[in-house]
Amino acid sequence: MSTVDILFWIFATLSVGGGLSMVLSRHPVSAAMFMIISLVGVAALFVLLESFFLAVLQVLVYAGAVMVLFLFIIMLLDVGPGASKINFSNWKTGLIGFGASCLLIFLLSALLSPGEDTLSFGQSWTVINNSTAPAPVDALVFSTDISAFGYALMTKYMLPVQISGFLLLAAMIGVIILSKRSGTPSSNS
Amino acid sequence: MLTVTPLHFLILAFVLFGIGFLGLLIRRNILLMLMSLELMLNGINVALVTFSRVGNNLDGGIFVFFIMTVAASEVAVGLALLVALYKKRKSVFTDDMALLKN
Repeated sequence: MSTVDILFWIFATLSVGGGLSMVLSRHPVSAAMFMIISLVGVAALFVLLESFFLAVLQVLVYAGAVMVLFLFIIMLLDVGPGASKINFSNWKTGLIGFGASCLLIFLLSALLSPGEDTLSFGQSWTVINNSTAPAPVDALVFSTDISAFGYALMTKYMLPVQISGFLLLAAMIGVIILSKRSGTPSSNS
Repeated sequence: MLTVTPLHFLILAFVLFGIGFLGLLIRRNILLMLMSLELMLNGINVALVTFSRVGNNLDGGIFVFFIMTVAASEVAVGLALLVALYKKRKSVFTDDMALLKN
């Protein structure tokens, strides 16, 4: 077993275990803490997949901003542990959904078993060698440095970048209007 | 000995997605449902990065970038809606939101 294998199993256990304890935990604050563990595990898996920029972004955006927002709202609304029950009538539906996704996993592993020559998912890793990789002409080649991201965002994905900027602006204005209107419900009418 | 293949990463992505789906179905707290949604998006991100790495193509990584943007704005709007709803209903549970049921 190489180091990558050991690290993969450690962080896979961390992310899946964190996710499961998040789903099943009683108190919302501890659920948010387990969620942070799971997100950091996923960030470490991104490092194992050699996309370091996305790992940094995962820690900054998810574990930093989004979960702090969640914790802020949980503590603002003061959601206690006793009230957060699990809906037992929906257990069957949840188990059916989980079983369906497990079936999907089996289907995937059956389809992509070793011997498939299209993408060779069952094979082990190949070393990245950008100079000899037979990529299509105008395709963006996978790279570990950030400048490749910047180049791709500014050339091929220029329109999506602007659209996502507009989306962030719309979300910001929407949040401001929502919190303003709900702040003074009686003074208007 | 077993070595890690891309299939392991894809199975992990599916497991994360399944856990998020399970949480979305069995929890009644809207905060935890939003968190389960984030977990589902994380599973998708793992799958996209794996495909990007295996296919030697940067497009998957760029899509993860956009998914993170959309997820952040979705959480901001969702939590603002939740706070507005809490001010009206004094509850964060889906059982108390059955306004249109009867």
